[in-house]
Amino acid sequence: MEDSTTLKQEKENQQLAEAVQPWEEETAASPQDLGPESFGPWEVEWAPDPGPRPRSSRARTPEPVGPVAEQAASSSPPSPQKPLSTLARQDLGALRQLDRITNGTLDAGTPLSDPPGQSTDARESAPPSQSGQDTSALTQQPDPSSKPSKPQELRPGSAQEEAWSSHQNRDQPGPKASEAAPSTLEIAVQNAKVYLLRASSKTGLNLYDHLSNMLTKILDERPENAIDFIETISQDVKMAHFSKKLDTLQNENEMLPTYEMAERQKALFLQGHLEGADQELEDEIAESSLPNVVESAFYFEQAGVGLGTDETYRIFLALKQLTDTHPVQRCRFWGKILGLEMNYIVAEVEFREGEDEEVEEEDATEAEERDNGESEVDKDEEDELPKSFYKPPQAIPKEESRTGANKYVYFVCNEPGRPWVKLPSVSPAQIVTARNIKKFFTGRLDAPIISYPPFPGNESNYLRAQIARISAGTHVSPLGFYQFGEEEGEEEEEVESGRDSFEENPDFEGIQVLDLVESLSNWVHHVQHILPQGRCTWFNPIAKNEEEEEEDEEKEEPDYIEQEVGPPLLTPISEDLEIQNIPAWTTRLSSSLIPQYGTAVLQSNLWPGAYAFCTGKKFENFYIGWGHKYSVDNYTPPVPPPVYQEYPSGPEIIEMDDPSVEEEQAFKAAQEAAELAPEDNEETGEGEDDADN
Amino acid sequence: MDAESLLLSLELAAGSGLGLSPDRRAALLTSLQLVKRDYRYDRVLFWGRILGIVADYYIAQGLSEDQLAPRKTLYSLNCIEWSLLPPATEERATQMAMVKGRFMGDPSHEYEHTEFQKMTAEDDVVVQVKEETRLVSVIDQIDKAVAIIPRGALFKTPFGPVHVNRTFEGLPLSEARKLSSYFHFREPVGLKNKTLLEKADLDPSLDFLDSLEHDIPKGSWSIQMERGNSLVVLRSLLWPGFTFFHTPRTRNHGYIYVGTGSWSIQMERGNSLVVLRSLLWPGFTFFHTPRTRNHGYIYVGTGEKNMDLPFML
Repeated sequence: MEDSTTLKQEKENQQLAEAVQPWEEETAASPQDLGPESFGPWEVEWAPDPGPRPRSSRARTPEPVGPVAEQAASSSPPSPQKPLSTLARQDLGALRQLDRITNGTLDAGTPLSDPPGQSTDARESAPPSQSGQDTSALTQQPDPSSKPSKPQELRPGSAQEEAWSSHQNRDQPGPKASEAAPSTLEIAVQNAKVYLLRASSKTGLNLYDHLSNMLTKILDERPENAIDFIETISQDVKMAHFSKKLDTLQNENEMLPTYEMAERQKALFLQGHLEGADQELEDEIAESSLPNVVESAFYFEQAGVGLGTDETYRIFLALKQLTDTHPVQRCRFWGKILGLEMNYIVAEVEFREGEDEEVEEEDATEAEERDNGESEVDKDEEDELPKSFYKPPQAIPKEESRTGANKYVYFVCNEPGRPWVKLPSVSPAQIVTARNIKKFFTGRLDAPIISYPPFPGNESNYLRAQIARISAGTHVSPLGFYQFGEEEGEEEEEVESGRDSFEENPDFEGIQVLDLVESLSNWVHHVQHILPQGRCTWFNPIAKNEEEEEEDEEKEEPDYIEQEVGPPLLTPISEDLEIQNIPAWTTRLSSSLIPQYGTAVLQSNLWPGAYAFCTGKKFENFYIGWGHKYSVDNYTPPVPPPVYQEYPSGPEIIEMDDPSVEEEQAFKAAQEAAELAPEDNEETGEGEDDADN
Repeated sequence: MDAESLLLSLELAAGSGLGLSPDRRAALLTSLQLVKRDYRYDRVLFWGRILGIVADYYIAQGLSEDQLAPRKTLYSLNCIEWSLLPPATEERATQMAMVKGRFMGDPSHEYEHTEFQKMTAEDDVVVQVKEETRLVSVIDQIDKAVAIIPRGALFKTPFGPVHVNRTFEGLPLSEARKLSSYFHFREPVGLKNKTLLEKADLDPSLDFLDSLEHDIPKGSWSIQMERGNSLVVLRSLLWPGFTFFHTPRTRNHGYIYVGTGSWSIQMERGNSLVVLRSLLWPGFTFFHTPRTRNHGYIYVGTGEKNMDLPFML
């Protein structure tokens, strides 16, 4: 027992001396160097043979730290303290003794096997002054083949001991303490440092570096009340270890989309003037076609509507790009429609004379319709089976471009900088169907619209239909700004729905803003109303039926359809229909505090998101929202179409009973009676048979 | 959105057209500071505005140090004078379910609706409800349904209260596109029902709220055995498009959901801004700039829930 304790002392002292030296030489500035390499001496020490052994990547934790701490602890009470001079002398023989011990144990081949759990328990329960009992257990050589699990178990114990020992040291009164204090304190400090510098067997990190990194971070960043969130700082420092190292083989492409978009938008800002053209002429063109988006955005901002400043400006530049690349007569920023994945920025455009790019697509659709018609006609009556009598209802044709709902052409893009896409012209069927469905926009123009009733087209058609409906409902202007054109009005007399063209009134003097706020009759619609048929001008579907009437005479004459009439152009919005006690429009003054410089703001309750402002002379309309109409009640899908009734049971359906025996006998008798009269009927009968065959 | 970073937040949320006019903005910046002082709030949020026919309600919320504690809600018609709203109750919420249509903009306006009483079969009782109480219940419903925060913006302290995480540096881009990295800003509901296995992956200081990915309302299900009992198919009736399949006695199972949740996530301004817009409560916008601490939400709308969602997706 004694032998072992002295051995232990020697070993510990020797270790301390060895361990302390490098750290005293080390500066705190390079704590990384105290990695696994610093355990070199111990590894050699504890190695079963002192020869060079491959250093394991995993840092071996030195075992004797625990006992060392105890030693310090037990020495602070009046146990005989070894002077430091003895340490040096013992160091000399330490290695030799160590070799002897290790060899001895290896020769013996029976290393003391002590279950780690027991030893720690014993050690923790034992008072530190009587730690001889468990230190004997601890002096045993670790079996080199056994896993170094023990040190981990010892760690908490040793930590406790250290705390206790330092506490004792501080509280010790008397001269003895002052003598022993420097050494014990020093030893305790060193022990603590050794403990802190132990690398975790799992991650290889040690607490000393971690704490110094944490403090560095805190001192660098100087947050307020750092103590309140020290835990998260610690977590961040740990996380930083696992941060992705840049792979030299491949660049990080996480930011690529950002750069790509920035590149696209940079092109907006780099739009140069068209070179070669006369400067003044060019300016005229630009002024006439490009809307003053920034000015109207300013007024809308007063009203509390609109987009952010920078987005507005980007859209402005994008519109400039549009007017530069297309033969645009007039352009307007229509608004923004929100979608699930991307949004739509919508520009309303009127082309200069001689544009039509739509001819091709229109031709294609007409050709399709014709093909369908012809295919039905081409079927000669080869079989006598009845064909289907059902004919689809008369397709109502599109309105010509530049008239009605197709008066303007709409361009959309998902983001300013992306290419503008021209929306197709709208057909009445699409508008009629769009009134019956309610769908979110996805942001992809080619997305299918899955709905009941089936929508004839994809999302681009649905978007175009909604734009047409919103424009027809919510585009308003102050009374007197537009007036009917003189010469065109007479031509349009045949159409009873009123004249459909207007021009700016050059003598418009403006309206008082307060009047605009107080009375809805000072605002008028300047876009044609869309009839239930889906067109702005009435199309009579019966007129074309005359050709077909010859074929099916049995078909009932369709009733004369009453012509649908909507409110004429330039009708005041005070006559708009209410939505179940909710007025269709709300007017406000943009600033109640400074009314003399306010603008009149009009917002639609029927199409939430549609706004208009008027400053007396200037006015503008704007829509931003999901593109849906407001309804007090929830959406209800349309009812399914009526079920077709079957044929009524008439004489052509009901069959007679089979001929009975009596009838046949009577018939035979009648035949025989008839045969007596004519004689030459056999030949004719044969002849008929031949003809039948 | 936080009252202190109101200007930046308004600029970021402007993509949905939810602006404030300059005079309102200036008034808010002034008055919210005073609200914070007078009511002794730790944080003041500008919650949004509810559009009425005559006037708008501007809503602000005061938070104590514990972020999940019950919030005090204030409303104002002119952005200067604020009045405190009473707390919402379940009873009021059921009453409010009867009321439809737009807000008027007058807190003393009374809605009338007839309630059929089963006890007395004689006549219906006319119940009158003030618009103020309707405002309370609508705000509470919206808060419970859609108020959200990014993961990591709040953390749970060891003592229980939830604090603002001051080391939050924004979601990384890869996470910002996922619904799972956004949480409901309310007491968790679905978290208790999680299995131990699910909880094992959660970081208790960060994942203490319901994430949005479990946002599908618990609806009725149709269970069918197909292909001669070799396949079980579950279909959601409330959310058409959600199908779960499982082959019994094998490990094959999975589900597919064609459609979106009740949220729309978009990356805007060249991927430098994430915007979530609620489809269930149109007008609610949440934004977050990845890799910065800017986030917030604002509601500008008519205070009506979108009941047509299943048709519209």
